[in-house]
Amino acid sequence: MERIPILKMGQQLLVSIQVDMHDKLAMALQDDLTKRIVKDRARGVLIDISSLDIVDSFVGRMISDTALMAKILDAETVLVGMQPAVAITLVELGLTLDGVKTALNVERGMAMLERGAE
Amino acid sequence: MSQAQEGDGCSLLLACDEDVVRLRKAVRENMIHCGFSLIDQTKMITAASELARNALRYADGGTAFIETLKKEGKPGILVSISDKGPGIDDVELALTDGFTTGGGLGLGLSGAKRLTSEFSLDTKRGEGTTVTIVKWK
Repeated sequence: MERIPILKMGQQLLVSIQVDMHDKLAMALQDDLTKRIVKDRARGVLIDISSLDIVDSFVGRMISDTALMAKILDAETVLVGMQPAVAITLVELGLTLDGVKTALNVERGMAMLERGAE
Repeated sequence: MSQAQEGDGCSLLLACDEDVVRLRKAVRENMIHCGFSLIDQTKMITAASELARNALRYADGGTAFIETLKKEGKPGILVSISDKGPGIDDVELALTDGFTTGGGLGLGLSGAKRLTSEFSLDTKRGEGTTVTIVKWK
């Protein structure tokens, strides 16, 4: 089974979700991410979803849960790259992504995380 | 459901997560062919994805049926997801935002209704559920 790669950039971890998520993949990502937050003493997690043209409530739930797990481990999560059609659909779907900060792109997301870590 | 001319339909088996991906692709292709806008595609595919995941989660899978429609010259797309699961006991409750019996977010059914032009649900306890959504251009 493929696993979503996690990259380290300073004190932040970067995850780019480019494939359709299913249960096992989502769980593996949460597992890997929590381990890496502890191992790398990461202060922030950046989740890039610019490749996702569909975000349903399953993926939304996975992102919210991941942000909560990261917070428990003292790391902030920023979601970046949401496609406009996805944003419109999520609002209509009623998905609020509680506890997840958003930024337009990776640069702004990183800046947000670095500011927060000060 | 409204009166409409019926076009070609196709069926897909929903047995695993990969089938949800296949369903999305099929709906996408169909909608592009009919000239739907990107935002309409996104809403409809997201709604279909919610229903397909429901069938997998609650009923061990099901069947998806996609059909192009035409009404007064306007194209439409119909997606119907059927399962032979436990059925829904309280439909009104199930259609309430946040209500879930499966540890989800409880937005699938109500969301699918909001994202589409037409929504209908047929369920029988112990026999299964069919949810049909339609998006008109």
